[in-house]
Amino acid sequence: MRNRTIKVEALARVEGEGGLYVKMRGDTVVDVKLRIYEPPRFFEAFLRGRDFREPPDITARICGICPIAYQMSSAQAMERVCGVKVEGPVRALRRLIYCGEWIESHALHVYLLHAPDFLGYESAIHLAQDHPDIVKRALELKKIGNELMILLGGREIHPINVRVGGFYSVPTRKDLEPFVEKLKWAREASLETVRLVATFPFPDFEQDYEFVALRHPDEYAITEGRLVSNKGLDIDISEYDEHFIEEHVQHANALHSRLKERGAYFVGPLARYSLNFDKLSPLAQQAAREAGLGPVCRNPFQSIIVRSVETVYACDEALRIIEKYEMPDKPALEVRPRAGTGFGCTEAPRGILYHRYTIDIDGIILDAKIVPPTSQNQKTIEDDVDHFVRENITLPDDKLTWLCEQAIRNYDPCISCATHFLRLHIERE
Amino acid sequence: MAKPKLGVWKFASCDGCQLSLLDCEDELLAVVGEVEIAYFLEASRAVVKGPYDVSVVEGSITTPHDAERIRQARKASKFLVAIGACATAGGIQALRNFKDVKEFTRIVYARPEYISTLEQSTPISDHVPVDLELRGCPINKYQLLEALNALLNGRKPNVPPYSVCIECKRRGTVCVMVADGTPCLGPVTQAGCGAICPAYRRGCYGCFGPMDTPNTASLSAWWSKLGVSEEGLVRAFRGFNAYAEAFRKESVAHEK
Repeated sequence: MRNRTIKVEALARVEGEGGLYVKMRGDTVVDVKLRIYEPPRFFEAFLRGRDFREPPDITARICGICPIAYQMSSAQAMERVCGVKVEGPVRALRRLIYCGEWIESHALHVYLLHAPDFLGYESAIHLAQDHPDIVKRALELKKIGNELMILLGGREIHPINVRVGGFYSVPTRKDLEPFVEKLKWAREASLETVRLVATFPFPDFEQDYEFVALRHPDEYAITEGRLVSNKGLDIDISEYDEHFIEEHVQHANALHSRLKERGAYFVGPLARYSLNFDKLSPLAQQAAREAGLGPVCRNPFQSIIVRSVETVYACDEALRIIEKYEMPDKPALEVRPRAGTGFGCTEAPRGILYHRYTIDIDGIILDAKIVPPTSQNQKTIEDDVDHFVRENITLPDDKLTWLCEQAIRNYDPCISCATHFLRLHIERE
Repeated sequence: MAKPKLGVWKFASCDGCQLSLLDCEDELLAVVGEVEIAYFLEASRAVVKGPYDVSVVEGSITTPHDAERIRQARKASKFLVAIGACATAGGIQALRNFKDVKEFTRIVYARPEYISTLEQSTPISDHVPVDLELRGCPINKYQLLEALNALLNGRKPNVPPYSVCIECKRRGTVCVMVADGTPCLGPVTQAGCGAICPAYRRGCYGCFGPMDTPNTASLSAWWSKLGVSEEGLVRAFRGFNAYAEAFRKESVAHEK
């Protein structure tokens, strides 16, 4: 019996540090471990004793790629403790800055991290040597997402303008006007992106996932909604801890999250798309259909198409928000501390990001819990690699290794988030 | 002539500072025209062996493994630039330095015995010689471009050591402390961000760490007059640059 191992010590084109280890004996896979050696940073511990207004600034530092997600989940959790609900134009601005983050993060992943796999390049920098126009379009698209974050947030990484209750300052209609032309260009560029990635070769690999995402009656859920799945879950976010559990496994500095009753689940673009296709704008729906997708997509390799469709949606939605925008009287609601526990859950580019805080009467944090999307997907990523290797076990090591890396990058894993993750190591016995 | 080789290294961090390089959308292709991206895992699976002419290092040292890895990185690098609050001051994760890390591990992880971590989160310069430090949480990407440009052209990088106040004055921003009574760390914080917060009518919260010879005691007295409690002062100085000496001492001075 021939033994093989495939090892990727340090996975590339992912955010943060992790590796993969796959062990095979003959034609069977013995073990798959997604190793997360990103050092632990203990956010939940040092949040204790901090002021309830601080988490949007502090938790943003968990991730440089999706700080808005952290700011929104934490701000809303605190507002819920304190009995305040942000509505109207301030809520719309929150959705707008979140659209900026989706555009920036999706453009980064689709073009700079994921597309090189399908086109056979080591990186987008190598890709740029042969196809400069593609990479230039990518960078321009990414930049427009970032510019939206800069206008509303002060800067693209760790924005400074988001607070519990709203914003420190809000833009005038005139401030937003220049974005109409930019976003129209970005929407066209996103449609071009969908057309491009739809031509990529995709392995025939569909799995029966449990998709989990937010769902909202009136919109493609980003900042709020009920937590639903395709297998019967339908709960308020305050019931999260009753249905989900985090486990600590030896090979990862990130906690594995699973559904108590059914185990591994899937969060992120594929889950959102498959649960909320009916809420996408007509243009985004049409783009998906033209790319050959149905209303549900179970092939994680096609997540690159779904991410591109969501980028079309984010541009469309941003334009809609800007068109209807009226400057609010006040940039933020006044929020006074109230003892209790609050919950926040929003759709980070990589999937649902859950925050729970308990504060005292003076607004001091007694307890914090943060569950980022990547720790929720870890088990599913390991399962995917397991199934994928089983189906492709005859491939030579170098090819199998690259495809395993790709199977991981399908999830756009953010290891910095999950540790609050990746090395590939395939071992054949 | 061969292009200079650039390495990008990550330790405990959020990835944001190295993302700043990819966020140079208008300049990225020009940069890769001038340097060879030899080691940059976030961007490429291709790894070119060292030595590297310039290494850019993000993150703080928090594990025994990383303490060894930074020595390897130093050995493989001619010029080493530490970027961001984690690499230059230990980052937000240095808040553990004021507490018992074992207790922290128990709060976050069910099986603390699986976790390998050091008692303290420390900047790169505590472990190896650093040739240049760029502050910020995150860094200002234009400072990074300026530093790379200066290195490629053999000149000294222009990184101002003065306070955020100077940037407010140059930007024409009305002082939030004087006009609105908003507590602001600007007078003791090194410039570099462009004084963003006051321009959005909020007080500076110290992303770039202490300026050269800051008068933190005087600023604390002003904050007290504005009604900030001693606990509030401790928290204010205990942010992303909590373990930078001047901020560390000031936070300790207000601790009961």
